[in-house]
Formats: sequence, structure tokens, C-alpha cells
Amino acid sequence: MTQDPNARAEIEPTAVGANAAESGERQLGDGTSDAYGSHEVNVGDLDFRTLVEHGHTASELDPDAPAVLTVDNLKMYFPVKSSGLVRRTIGHVQAVDGISFEVPQGGSIGLVGESGCGKSTTGRLITRLYKPTGGSMMFDGHDLAKLSNREMKPLRRDVQMIFQDPYTSLNPRHTVGTIVGAPLEVHNVVPKNKVIPRVQELLEIVGLNPEHYNRYPNEFSGGQRQRIGIARALTLNPKVLVADEPVSALDVSIQAQVINLLQDIQSEFDVAFLFIAHDLAIVRHFCPEIAVMYLGKIVEIGDRETIYGKPHHPYTQALLSAVPDVKQAAVGGRRERIRLEGDVPSPINPPSGCRFRTRCQFAQEICAKVEPPLLQIGKRHKVACHFAGELGAHPATPVTTELLGVDDQGSPVPGAVPSNTQLTIPGYEKTWYDLRSKQTTGV
Amino acid sequence: MTSVPVTQSSAAAAAAEADGPFLRVEDLKVTFPTEDGPVTAVQGLSYSVEKGKTLGIVGESGSGKSVSSMAVMGLHDAKSAQISGSIRVGGTEVVGLSESRMRGLRGNAMAMIFQDALAALHPFYKIGAQLEEAYLVHHSSASKRDARRKAIEMLDRVGIPQPDRRVDDFPHQFSGGMRQRAMIAMGLINDPSLLIADEPTTALDVTVQAQILDLLQDLQREFNSAVIIITHDLGVIAEMADDVLVMYAGRCVEFGTTKQILTTPEMPYTWGLLSSVPDVSSSTDARLIPIPGNPPSLLRPPPGCSFHPRCVHTGKVAGDLCSTQLPELLPASTGTAHLKRCHLADPVGVYQSEVLPEIAPELLEETR
Repeated sequence: MTQDPNARAEIEPTAVGANAAESGERQLGDGTSDAYGSHEVNVGDLDFRTLVEHGHTASELDPDAPAVLTVDNLKMYFPVKSSGLVRRTIGHVQAVDGISFEVPQGGSIGLVGESGCGKSTTGRLITRLYKPTGGSMMFDGHDLAKLSNREMKPLRRDVQMIFQDPYTSLNPRHTVGTIVGAPLEVHNVVPKNKVIPRVQELLEIVGLNPEHYNRYPNEFSGGQRQRIGIARALTLNPKVLVADEPVSALDVSIQAQVINLLQDIQSEFDVAFLFIAHDLAIVRHFCPEIAVMYLGKIVEIGDRETIYGKPHHPYTQALLSAVPDVKQAAVGGRRERIRLEGDVPSPINPPSGCRFRTRCQFAQEICAKVEPPLLQIGKRHKVACHFAGELGAHPATPVTTELLGVDDQGSPVPGAVPSNTQLTIPGYEKTWYDLRSKQTTGV
Repeated sequence: MTSVPVTQSSAAAAAAEADGPFLRVEDLKVTFPTEDGPVTAVQGLSYSVEKGKTLGIVGESGSGKSVSSMAVMGLHDAKSAQISGSIRVGGTEVVGLSESRMRGLRGNAMAMIFQDALAALHPFYKIGAQLEEAYLVHHSSASKRDARRKAIEMLDRVGIPQPDRRVDDFPHQFSGGMRQRAMIAMGLINDPSLLIADEPTTALDVTVQAQILDLLQDLQREFNSAVIIITHDLGVIAEMADDVLVMYAGRCVEFGTTKQILTTPEMPYTWGLLSSVPDVSSSTDARLIPIPGNPPSLLRPPPGCSFHPRCVHTGKVAGDLCSTQLPELLPASTGTAHLKRCHLADPVGVYQSEVLPEIAPELLEETR
């Protein structure tokens, strides 16, 4: 292994550690420090300006960053067994069904969608907690989807996970030192007597008192526990961190502390994030690029400005219109929103064609017959909809007919050859299909 | 919808309080004895809610939001919790009321919707049976068939498809949004005049959240209920509440109309809440500024203003006033209905010149 965790031991935990110290999360010295998160926190001379300096603006997109992880046509089908003595497989839950995306090096991509859409399953596939049914996940020259558990072990240190619930993801009978130090022993990367110094360094990085390594998780508050979880994920210097709802179990005032910490870690250690959350505002702040999932598929993916500013998929538009907005207070009353009828269909037997069609107000015959491809329609924008268009400007006829070689009702046109060549790649092409001119254009 | 005969005591009470606020809480104090000494979870809390109005209560965990609402519902164990002050529900004093009389009010004149519907519904009983029980308890003359008909009607009212079939389902057969609807149906089955919703949508997806909030508003309009909505989501507050109560460490720190609190807040804790949540429509140059530190221990609350250990604006107050003297809840500069508990002399100036440019630069340009 080329990686040595101690190679980074020289890095001063300045920016990150100091941030936490000044934000009062850490109290060193004289034994009065209080892991219960109490009033003894001394903000001291901290004034508003220094606090502002440590707050981050939204993360920015680096369009030239190479992909560190390339996910291509990833599938995960869970078998559904019949009851009784002979448990036959009677169907499959298509939790993730052919999704493709790239995670840029040192960048972050957000996965949003309703519960049950497969976003958490995607996170667990990338960390190989599940073995995928199909597709590939290329990381550092290896296909994570094909490796055996034994071959996977040395790669696990590069792909780590932060869990949602800091109350259940830490073993209550282990000290913080054992929890954070466990990865070091599992991977046997440092001598036994170097484990504690490395643990203390990590605790300092995440803004906890390094002297608390022998305390138990119950002695810490929710925000501090989540910091322990982050320290554990950082132990082996991962290149990719999967953060599955990392702040949704925390109090509002603590959420911002943890988000700022994650942004510090990202810039300091150049870690790529797959950020899974259902809070669209947090994802917007943390991720310059966002994928929207519905029933196991990516329906729209693009940069922040496109997804939040001019989404083209009816589902993204409905999702965004449902988010309550603080600014509404100045106007009063409720915001106009797009109402979705019914519930999410069962992933065991998803609708034919477009999976969203049962709840979509624009659905026509073609939507039931032909599945819309994830079509690149902008420099960094892909959408899977036959009637893709900005809110209020959805086209009356399908935009995908020529590419798929079908007519407006979705029936194949004799002799027509599907002309798409760029519909399935995980990243973005230099050229794309322009919706207005119905031509392939480029930069 | 047929009107349900109300019990005599609440009918008389409703008549007595017809013109005043339906719920009036005055100087509420709730103390729990613990092994480490008494914990005062709520103190000096006063507010009132009129029929047809919505009060939003915001604050962190442990700020006393739920404890104060549970006191209104009479859900604290009288043996351990010490409650003082006054809570008048439709003219009836609830503090010190006997358990049997309390039972007549609870679920009838007032009802509560809990955050975790799966935990709040009994897993062994069918949804219908649980709704019927809530109805039968307060309508002793009603038959089981009436109760079942009422249960189906309520499930239909909250938008459960095929209510006559789903009424015989168990809670685990419902999805998260449907369970929340079923609980709202249970809360509203006796047409309560006061509905307390404790984080009603926190665990739900945004699309389902929007449906539940729509439902709450429709039902409020229909029954003219007073609603208290407890949440930490300021977006929900902005769209639902008429008035907002901001709580910190068991006390009210700011009170006003939703517009006053969310556009011209005058208390640094409220600023902190606004600056620590990103917004779907704000500028990407807006910074996410956390509130430093953690909420205080109520066992040993800090002297003076309970927020001062985490406040970054204490330097603007002369001397050590913040750490020695508890600020009074005084009218703010935007109007007498807007109250705040802070020593800052010019909070509007500080907010406009320092806080707003960092958290919402685009708003500042609009006002100029």
C-alpha cells in the first residue's frame, strides 16, 4: 500500500481544528472541560466577524476535476421470497436500476429523492455493504462491483461512510479511542503504540478534545457523536466519503457546525463526497452537482444552478416547489406548489416506460411505452423525460422521438435508426442535444 | 360534516371565553426533580392562541417546547413534575385539575399530534379500533357502529384512499405519510378547539410534508381550531404560523408575528437560527454561520441571559450585563406585539449592518 496514514501526521490541524476550537466546541485544559456540551463552553473573545470567517459559503464546482469514482449502469435487485417451507424467489425489489454518474476528485455530488427511491442503497453499494446485481463502479483502476470481499479489503480504506444516526452507529460499550482507532488495527497500518496519537490527532481535526479518547459515546452530545463518526470515517485517509443523511438527526444549530466541518475536511484533505440527504436546502449548499432519483433511477442530474434554477423534469419541479421557504414570511400564506397525486409505486412492479408517469401531469401514451433516456441537454445537465422543459414551458410533443426512432405515440417508426450515441455514459459529453433546435450542439 | 354534541362543561366554558383567546398560558413554570437536583425545563412562559390562529414554537431540543405543550395537555406525571402558573383552555384552569376532569378535556377540547406516528400508534390494534376508542371515550352514548362510521369518515377526511378497507389495517401496513394522517384523524375525531402538533412533519419527505401541512390548514379552516405547531423548520413556520414564539433554555426569548420574527428579528439567538439553515432560494454567497457551542444544561443554567455563553454579540453590550442580569421580555422597535429578551441597544442596526449581509446578501440589495 502506498498510503501511510502517518504521512499526513505532519499536517497541522490548524484551519479545521482551530475552527472548532473557536466555535467553542472544544475546551482544553484544567479538567473542567465538559463533554456533555454544557454552559461551560467559553466563546470568550469570539466576536461575530471571526465566526463569520469560519462559516462557509456554498461549495463551488470544479468542472475540470477528474472523476475519482465512475458508476456505470449500477443495479441492485433484492429478491422477494415467498413464505412457506420452500422459499422461492417470487420477484425483485428494483431498489437501484441502472444509474450512472461520476464523483469528481475532491468534489461532491448530492443524491436527493423521496424515501424508498434508492439513494441510501446507492451509498451502501459504493461502500460495498451490498454486492451489486449488475453494472460497474470504477475506482482507482478497480471495478468495485466485481471484487470479492477479500480483494475488496485493501480498497475499503479509500471508501468510507458517515452514518445518519450518531446514537446507533457508535458502539456504546467501546471508548471513543477504540471506535476511532479500530480501522487502524483492522488494516494494520500503524504500530500499536502509534494508535492513540493518531486517534488524538483525528479528534483534534474534528474539533473534539483529544484527551477525551477514553470516554464513552454516551458522554457526548449528538453533534459531538457525529464528529466521532466523522473522525472514524477519516481515520484511513479515504478518497471517497459516503455521507448518508449526516445531519438530519441533529439540532438545527448543530447541523451548520457539522456541515462547516465537512466543508473544512473536504478542502483540507481533498476528499470526494457522495452526499445523500432529503433536505434539498442542505444539499444545495454542500453539493455543486446534484442527482435527483425516483424509484431507483436518476431522473435529472446537473449542476446546482440548473437543478435549482431551471429544472426540466416534472418530478424535480414538484420536489422543489414543496420545500417550505423562509422568505415566504415576508409575503405571508403558502407558496404555490405542484401537487403530486398518489404515492410512490412499488419498486417490485414499477410502471412501464417512465416510472414517474403515474403521478405526472404531462404523461402521454409514449411515456407508458418507451422509457425516456437520460439525455444530455446542456453542458452539465441531463434529464430523463419525453417532455423535458422549464416549468410552464413543457413541449406539447415528445422531444426524444428522433433520437429513439419512435413516433409521438411511442410506436417504433419502420426504418428509423435510433441516433443516440451519448445516452449512457456516466459523465458529460462535450456535445449535447439542444431541445430548441433538436440538434446536437457543442461548446 | 355533522356537528358533534360537546360536553356540558366545555360548552359553558366556550361560551365564557367566546371573545378571548382560546388558550392562555401565564407565567408557566415546570420543574422536574432529578438525582442531580431540580431541573427547571420551562419558566416564566406566557402566550395565548386565539381560535383559527396558528402559533409556531421554535427552539432546539431541550429548550422546553415540548415540555410546555405537554403541560397544556396535562401529560406530565403529577407526582414528579411541579407545575405552577396558569393554563386556561377555553376558560378552564388546567393546572391542578384532577386527572378525571383532565381526561374529559384531553382528546376532546384539545388534542395532540406527535412526531413519530409509528411509536404513537399502538402496533397491536387496528387503525380503526384506535380511532373508534378515541371517539367512544368522549361519546358514551354512541354505539360501536357510529364510532366505526365516524372513524371511516375521518380517514376519508384526511385523504386516506379506500378508507372503508384501510380502517381494518394495522399501523405497520400504512406508509409514513399515511400513519401521520391517521394520527391527525385520531386527533381531530372529536373536533378539538385546540390542536398541538409536535414536529408533525419532521420525519417526512418534502412532498408528503406539503400534503400534511395543506391538510392541517384545511382542517383548521373547517373547524376554526387554535393550532400550535412545534418545529425547528423555519420554512414550515414561515408558511404556517401567524405568530412565532422562540424558546431558549426554557424561556421565551422572542415573540412576534411571523413576519416580524423572520424579517426583522431582534434577538441574536433568532439570528443564529436563521443563519445556520441554508435556504433553497438564497444566494450561494450566503454563508452558513453556526451558533457556536451547545445548548446549556438546565441543571445549572448560566447566570444572566441564558444565551450569553454562545452569543457573539455580547461585546456590544456595556460591562458584564449579559452575564449578570437576565434581560426582561420587552417590546422591540417594530411594534408592541413584538417582544424580545436581549440587552442589545440597537439590535436592528446590528442585524442590518452585520448579520444580514452575510446570511442573505440579496435581501439587503432589495431593501436599498
